[in-house]
Amino acid sequence: MKRDWIYALLLLLPAMVLLMGFTHIPAIETVISSFFSTPHGRRPAHFVGLENYRYLLEDDVFIRSCWNNLIYSAITIPASIIIALVMALFVHNRMAGLSFLRMAFFTPTVLPMIAVGNIWLFFYTPSFGLIDQIRGLFGLPAQNWMGSTDTVLYTVLVVAVWKNAGFFMIFYLAALQTIPTQLREAASLEGAGRWTFFRRVTVPLIMPTTLFIMVNAIINSVRLIDHIFIMTQGGPNNASRLLLYHIYEVAFEYWDTAPASAMTVVILAVLSLLAIGQFFWLDRKVHYR
Amino acid sequence: MASHFLKSTLAAALLSAIAVPAFAVDLQFYFPVSVGGKAADTIQSLTEDYVKSHKDVTIDAIYAGSYTDALTKAMTAARGGNAPQLSVLLSTDMFTLIDQDLIQPFDDFVSADEGKAWFGSFYPAFMLNSQTGGKTWGIPFQRSTPVMYWNKEAFKEAGLDPDKAPATWEEMVEYGHKLTKKDASGNVTQWGLRIPLDGFPYWLFQGLSTPAGAILANADGNKTDFANPKVVEALTFLVKMAKEEKIMEEGVTAWSATPKAFFEREAAMIWTTTGNLTNIRTNAPFDFGVGFLPKHERYGAPTGGGNFVLFKDATEEQKKAAVQFVKWMTEPEQAAKWSIATGYVAPSPAAWETEAMKAYAKDVPQAAVARDQLEYAVAELSTYENQKVTNFLNDAIHAALAGEKTPEEALKEAQEKAERVLKNYR
Amino acid sequence: MTAQDITLAARLDRALLTLGAWLLAILWILPLAYAVWTAFHPSAYETNFSLTAPLTLENFPKAWVQAPFARYFLNTMMLVAMTLTAQLVLSTLAAYAFARLKFPGKNILFTLVLLQLMVTPDILLVKNYETMSMLGLVDTILAIGLPYFASGFCIFLLRQTFMTIPKELDDAARIEGEGLIGTLWRVYIPLAKPTYLAFGLVSVSAHWNDFLWPLIVTNSVETRPLTVGLSVFSMTESGVEWSVINAATLMTSGPLLVGFLLFQRQFVQSFMRAGIK
Repeated sequence: MKRDWIYALLLLLPAMVLLMGFTHIPAIETVISSFFSTPHGRRPAHFVGLENYRYLLEDDVFIRSCWNNLIYSAITIPASIIIALVMALFVHNRMAGLSFLRMAFFTPTVLPMIAVGNIWLFFYTPSFGLIDQIRGLFGLPAQNWMGSTDTVLYTVLVVAVWKNAGFFMIFYLAALQTIPTQLREAASLEGAGRWTFFRRVTVPLIMPTTLFIMVNAIINSVRLIDHIFIMTQGGPNNASRLLLYHIYEVAFEYWDTAPASAMTVVILAVLSLLAIGQFFWLDRKVHYR
Repeated sequence: MASHFLKSTLAAALLSAIAVPAFAVDLQFYFPVSVGGKAADTIQSLTEDYVKSHKDVTIDAIYAGSYTDALTKAMTAARGGNAPQLSVLLSTDMFTLIDQDLIQPFDDFVSADEGKAWFGSFYPAFMLNSQTGGKTWGIPFQRSTPVMYWNKEAFKEAGLDPDKAPATWEEMVEYGHKLTKKDASGNVTQWGLRIPLDGFPYWLFQGLSTPAGAILANADGNKTDFANPKVVEALTFLVKMAKEEKIMEEGVTAWSATPKAFFEREAAMIWTTTGNLTNIRTNAPFDFGVGFLPKHERYGAPTGGGNFVLFKDATEEQKKAAVQFVKWMTEPEQAAKWSIATGYVAPSPAAWETEAMKAYAKDVPQAAVARDQLEYAVAELSTYENQKVTNFLNDAIHAALAGEKTPEEALKEAQEKAERVLKNYR
Repeated sequence: MTAQDITLAARLDRALLTLGAWLLAILWILPLAYAVWTAFHPSAYETNFSLTAPLTLENFPKAWVQAPFARYFLNTMMLVAMTLTAQLVLSTLAAYAFARLKFPGKNILFTLVLLQLMVTPDILLVKNYETMSMLGLVDTILAIGLPYFASGFCIFLLRQTFMTIPKELDDAARIEGEGLIGTLWRVYIPLAKPTYLAFGLVSVSAHWNDFLWPLIVTNSVETRPLTVGLSVFSMTESGVEWSVINAATLMTSGPLLVGFLLFQRQFVQSFMRAGIK
């Protein structure tokens, strides 16, 4: 219909102009600059083809960041989703101290990461940090959690799970509230246990929410790096360095924009594929009522 | 390019007329604050004082976050054609800023004699990171150097002379053993020594490599010497203190929790910046001493901290006014005020001769230790593509501490990587 | 099993559940609890949890003077409100077009929207700064929010919701003479309320916490948000002073927490009423 076409244009114009102006055009510029060398004051950029991408393959720090990020995502995404669901199930019930519980689970949402990083830093500090003080009560030796290449990634990972789970809980809580109470009554009449009910009724019904949360979790596992600036700066020996942190450092501390562009392109490609794939899949699979 | 066309259309569509009439010279001045407390206030009030007595300029002093934030902000602004005229940035960023063609030497705005007198008024150690190729690109402002703090009570308990810091590496290890305490189950309750090496480990490491007799980079900023046997010796010694002598916590300890570790008696001797003096003076629940970093072949420590730099992309009037302002800020009176408020080392001998500073030095004799150590101080590691090259060394230090590589291997690899980058600048 | 056994088992079950919930909650509130502890005690008790520790309020004025927090708070509120409003308005319009209208190039345009879900403007700082300085917007609150005004996420969510709304309702409203905006206002927006709330929460929490972009694009007290103020305390050369930084954290997050405590029932309930579909 012709009128539809005009309406669509008018409705979409403001959003699309802003979307393109601040995302797509700069992203395309990034792709273009990934084929050029980094301009250095007096030496302008020149075309280098795939040189920047070849450089990435040789950059062991980049490779290590990729691995770190894979581990980080592989744990934070499921862990924060499961914990969020558990929390929501708890708070969904009538229970002593419900207000307290809700507020407790809600705190990560209001505390800025730039402040929270310092608090977690204290928890992990060897000897007089909170964790070690508690371990000390049981006569266990102090542990340098953030100072060892073996454990440091997990210390920042825990902070991310803490942040995400508290946030996602709210969405699950909302979803649980929509499950009709009659269903539960019917199920208990039929003698179905809590676990069966959860598996057969709850999980399928909250599937759309789970997918919504999963998308958020994926984005956050790439984007949420504020605490790393404060807690570890990616160290020791890059053991807690994540991709976006590395890109940030290469682009804004090394000012080596060419490889940073190439890395951004890699990350953008992976994320775009994930985004498009997931949403088209989600579009078909999830029945919105 | 199409994108530019689109952007300019966007610009034209949204841009409202914003012509600001300018009678006085307007200056934008970025400053990072990396000590808590009154630093930001002091800069603001100094700036206001200046503007009051100089009606022909207005100065907009802008807090720009940490040092790295400030550099990011200045570079981003410069690339967007919006650079400040003046900024305090890490002295080690000099080569990066030159390479990006963003800053201009101060020599261009003072006569040869004037320049000689002005640049010569600072401690020479501070000028090492401020001059290259015969030009002066930075004026020392918030400068520091690492020193050793020790807990006098712990020294007494361990049967050591509380007024005498270990003077050599051997003594430091010996003291370290005496100061490391364990409880009944064998868990350490007090470490002899803490050298925090997260984030930017190269800096305190220079407190070992310099005494070992090595200089990590040349003055032109285009050659490093990481694989020097003396550097290897320093790193081997560092690893040994943690892994064999066990007088230091294994792994990497955090810079930011170090003062607290000192207050909590978790570490009896700590290495950290002079910038921490005020903090430690206010909060340490015991008597403490401040001393030089111990010597090996010689005494030695790096300098650190920030310089004033002048951005190129400004009008001549602005640059002239900016230079006048910097001159005023680094005059003895102002430098003394700044140093007392923050704990940074006043950068010129003349500042130490002011009444205010003399009174302060009498009150806090520890403050003079850093100044005296300057005699032995060397340039902080700085090269072209500084952060990248420095990180090669940082990774090497961490890898050796974590036992992932031997000091030789790690440093050799770092040197090779640095070569690959720096050979383009020779 | 006797009836007594069952009630006993149920009670035990209940107790275990409650215990689990409380344990998890205590774990989750620890950072806040620690912030409260340090903010109200002298700094000597930052790591020393003795019940006899003296209470003090001095950390608050100490933190308060380090940055103009009142102004920063106002700026953050304005930023968050402005960004959210723009996002909701722009996305509603776009989502309606994607959900209900037929036009050429729809799939391509929608794919572009989806791309923005993950390709967020945060990654494109330098280029976006160039745009802002070209628009003459550097150092305005508008500049902090503008790149986020068009949110792919919000458009996607609303489109999904709008597509579930029966077309007949739309037609009915049209027959009653409602125009496009009227239909949106009468039919679509009320039915999509939970989606608006869900997205609102995501958006507010994201922009409330954003640090780097605001730091770069603003220069003055009049435009800077809270996180920039909080950054004075982090990454300092002289180490963390937990008592002061936590006092600052509480001052800045306090109003939100108190708000949540006071309105939690309404908030949670309105949020839950229909869930995210």
